[in-house]
Amino acid sequence: MSDKAYLRIEKVSKTYTVKKHHVTALQELDLSVAKDEFVSVVGASGCGKSTLLRIICGLDSEHSGNVYVNGRKVTAPGLHCGIVFQEHRLLPWLTVAENIEFALNNHTKAQKKELIEKYLALVELSGTEKYYPNQLSGGMAQRVSIARALVNQPEILLLDEPLGALDALTRLNMQKEILHIWKKEKTTMIMVTHDIEEAIYLGTRVIVMSPRPGKIKKEFIIPDNVNKCQTDEQFIRLRREIYHEISA
Amino acid sequence: MGEEKNKNRCWLKADDEKQGIIFPFVVLAIWQAISVAGIANPILMPSPASILGAAAEMLKSGELVRHLEISFIRVIEGFFIASALALVLASAMGIFTRIFSLLNMTIQLLRPVPPIAWIPLAILWFGIEEGSKVFIIVLGSFFPIFTNVLGGIRQTENKFVELAKALQIPQRKFIMKVVVPGTLPFIVTGLRTGLGYAWMCVVAAELSAGMQGIGYMLTDARAMIQTDRIIVGMLAIGVIGKGMDSLLLLLEERIIKGKEFYTGNE
Repeated sequence: MSDKAYLRIEKVSKTYTVKKHHVTALQELDLSVAKDEFVSVVGASGCGKSTLLRIICGLDSEHSGNVYVNGRKVTAPGLHCGIVFQEHRLLPWLTVAENIEFALNNHTKAQKKELIEKYLALVELSGTEKYYPNQLSGGMAQRVSIARALVNQPEILLLDEPLGALDALTRLNMQKEILHIWKKEKTTMIMVTHDIEEAIYLGTRVIVMSPRPGKIKKEFIIPDNVNKCQTDEQFIRLRREIYHEISA
Repeated sequence: MGEEKNKNRCWLKADDEKQGIIFPFVVLAIWQAISVAGIANPILMPSPASILGAAAEMLKSGELVRHLEISFIRVIEGFFIASALALVLASAMGIFTRIFSLLNMTIQLLRPVPPIAWIPLAILWFGIEEGSKVFIIVLGSFFPIFTNVLGGIRQTENKFVELAKALQIPQRKFIMKVVVPGTLPFIVTGLRTGLGYAWMCVVAAELSAGMQGIGYMLTDARAMIQTDRIIVGMLAIGVIGKGMDSLLLLLEERIIKGKEFYTGNE
């Protein structure tokens, strides 16, 4: 766990052209993430949070600057990154097990079965193998999509507002579950969210981004000893400071 | 959980079928009453009873079955050729941009020409019986199948395309697991429409030329002013068409998974 710059983002800029207008989604963004970190990214809509994730996983390769994962330059999508989208994106015609299997490209049948079982157990959905997505609740479906993203054992898991569409209660449970997975799997995680409490609760570091041009405005290290309880004094102070940064 | 959610899996429910059968009988009863009352001219509008009589006689003599069989075989041949062609072409054009650019203009130019307009040429090219009939059916049922399948492929959701990219899914697997299942409902709709066109075309082609098939039987009956026989022929097409369509619906129910059908408001 020594690698301080397991993920390295160097001077990454990205501009879109919308009807001849240039929009700078990201401007010379630098970021290093250590292997054992959980980075939460917060910021107003349109500050380039999702673009950043798409660049990290290689879905968007038309940008300047470089991204390195574990020393290797990212040029195209690869299995180094798992990604969870806001909507679960499960294929409606495949069962839960088949949806997870979909992510596995080079495995024997036995290996596939073992991996599916392992990751379904990790997201506490053992026994749902044969269900179709339309038979699952929103939270269950999102857990399947997390299992699908993890089944290739990616070095980094990117979460693009994964809990945004869930109700408050399910959301709290899912936060606990994600934290549990992070501790158990030791996968580096980067999560985009709108929810400041969620960002503090899950993150070891919270990054506040500002829009037009999208860049990092401020970083907050969340100390290990912060009581991750929403009524804790330190928690409340952090929340206020982050809120202030976003709205300022 | 599974069972309740699966309530709407099938939109061809036995109950509905039973209810649906009542209505045609009501219509027949009213029709019979009108005939018995002597309101309608029996030559132009024969009574259901006389139609039934004609049907029994035509069944007994075997001529109904003979003509239907000929048309049925033509429809099956034409429909299968059209389905195969449409599926292969639409898939190739849907997946490979180059094939699309090469062929699309030609297909879109041919599409608006009504299949019936091809009949004179088809007769000259393929002869008055089987060849020209099957050709017209192929033309008629090809386009609805083709258009639906290509449209279905184009509707492959971008979110799944992106997912497949992120997961580095190989092209072949992407087609088999994402494109094909997503296109299945469109394929079924295309086949159902195409089958309807196949019957339209076979009757049109047989009405205009030839000495065999249900369409010929209709013109022959018209020449003799045997309206009851005309109506028997029309009903027979309806029954067979419905039967074939039901088979396609059964197929849909078997192959489309994880989907609830909207069955309308109660």
